Parts: sequence; C-alpha cells; structure tokens
Amino acid sequence: MLEIGLAHYLTLAAILFTLGIFGIFLNRKNVIIILMSIELMLLAVNINLVAFSRFLEDMTGQVFAMFVLTVAAAEAAIGLAILVVYFRNRGSIAVEDVNLMKG
Amino acid sequence: MVVQALAFYVFAAVATAAGVMVISSRNPVHSVLFLILAFFNAAGLFVLLGAEFLAMLLVVVYVGAVAVLFLFVVMMLDINFAELREGFLQYLPVGAVVGVVLLAELALVAGSWVLSEGAGKTSLPVPGEKMTNTHALGHVLYTDYIYLFQAAGLVLLVAMIGAIVLTHRRRTGVRRQRIATQLDRRREDTIEVVKVPARGGR
Repeated sequence: MLEIGLAHYLTLAAILFTLGIFGIFLNRKNVIIILMSIELMLLAVNINLVAFSRFLEDMTGQVFAMFVLTVAAAEAAIGLAILVVYFRNRGSIAVEDVNLMKG
Repeated sequence: MVVQALAFYVFAAVATAAGVMVISSRNPVHSVLFLILAFFNAAGLFVLLGAEFLAMLLVVVYVGAVAVLFLFVVMMLDINFAELREGFLQYLPVGAVVGVVLLAELALVAGSWVLSEGAGKTSLPVPGEKMTNTHALGHVLYTDYIYLFQAAGLVLLVAMIGAIVLTHRRRTGVRRQRIATQLDRRREDTIEVVKVPARGGR
C-alpha cells in the first residue's frame, strides 16, 4: 500500500482514460467538452508512458510522451480553429448539425 | 517512502476528482479550470516518477498554451451552454455502460500483462546520480529520435499554418495600404497642368 509501484500508476491512468471516454458520451452536444475529454485521455496515455519509462528504466517512453504532447497541442489548436469557423458559419456548436458541412 | 506514497495518493485523488468535474461541470469555464487542475496534478505525478522535464513541459505547454486556448475560445464564442446540456442524462446510461466495460477490460489487462524478454534492457542512458532527467532525454532525443523530433516540429508548423488559414478572414470594406499601387503612380496619371489665361476664368 505504501510502496507505490507501476500498478498504482496504471490504475490511475485507466481511471482517467475511462473518465475521458465517459465525458465524450455524456457531453454529446458540446464539442468543447469533447475536446477536453480527448485531452484527458491523452494525459492518461502520457501517465502510462512515463510510468513504464520509469519502472523499465528506459527513456524511450518519455520521448514518446513528449511526442504525444506535441500532437495533442496541434490537435487542440486545429480543433478549436475548426470550432471557431463552424461557430461563425452556424452560430452554434451543436455537433448534431456538423454533417451539414458536407459539400 | 511514506511521504512519497502520500504525495501519490493526494495527486492521484485530486487529478481524478478534477477529471470528474471536467466532464460533469455545468459551466465550460469551470471545466477548463478543472482541466488545468488535472494537468497540474499530473505534472506532480511526473515529478514523483522522476520525469521533471516532462512535468515542466506539461505545465508550460498545457496550462500555458492549450488550456488558455480553450479558455479563450470558450469565452470568445457566445454559446448557449444550457441548450447544449439537454440530453445530458439521456446519454448517461450508454456512457456508463461503455465506461464500465472499458474499465473492466483495462483491469483485465492490468491483471494479466507480462513483460517481454528484451524490455527494459536498453543501452540508452538512464538518469541517475551522474545525469539529470533533462540531460538523458536530450541524449536520446537528439540522436536516436532526431527524425521523429523533426517530424514533431513539422506537425506543429502544419497545425500553426492550418489554424491561421482556417480562422483568417478577409474583411470587406476596409481600406488597406497597397504599396505597389502607390509606387506605380506616375505624374501624368495624377496631375494635369492647365494653362489658365489671365482673367479668362469662368
């Protein structure tokens, strides 16, 4: 219990990842919260990568956590840009109408 | 050891609670603030794991850039959030079922995974007495993963250009300075010299 091992971190990451999935289902209409849930899931993945990197004594995990961070930042920027453009066109961010964007 | 365990439990509990608040908060601004709290606690966990550089990166990149971007968008767009929350409870059962199934699967994985033979026996530098975490990360990043590092830079560049192209709009009715047109003006286009006879004006 007092010895914090790999399993502790994996459990925490699993809980955070599940919260992310749950958040996507819960806020089906609000794209902003969905994007935040995705960030939460990526954070859980990062915790997994760093925990394995620490307990296997291999720096590769941390390098990949850094790349995940990069991609997450790029994804947030593009996602929010699309959101802003969508809001300008439609005046709302309801995801149900997104298929109107087709052609 | 006790302090470490205590720190882990505190960070983990606050991160989980913040995660719950992110997805269940009524006001999206509060969601963003709880997301920041979750990131801070994850950074604390990274410090506990000995990954100080990534912890600082998490604080700088996520709290300093991504979360502020979220906050900016949430506050800039005038959205009726109450309307968006309709059907919140309607999706609750499906989400709960999927979440429980996923959590059960993850628990199965956590209970039964085994380490492969070669794992954890790399020749890569490991931070320790002689080397800080940042130093070790740099050793790996700029040698073995240099192409991936460059590709990550490219991803960020593409994201930056994409965001600018998407959100930039050309407004009509704005007078702009066109230096080429200004320099193109010639004397005969703009000035006309007229000989006016004395006392002949009408």
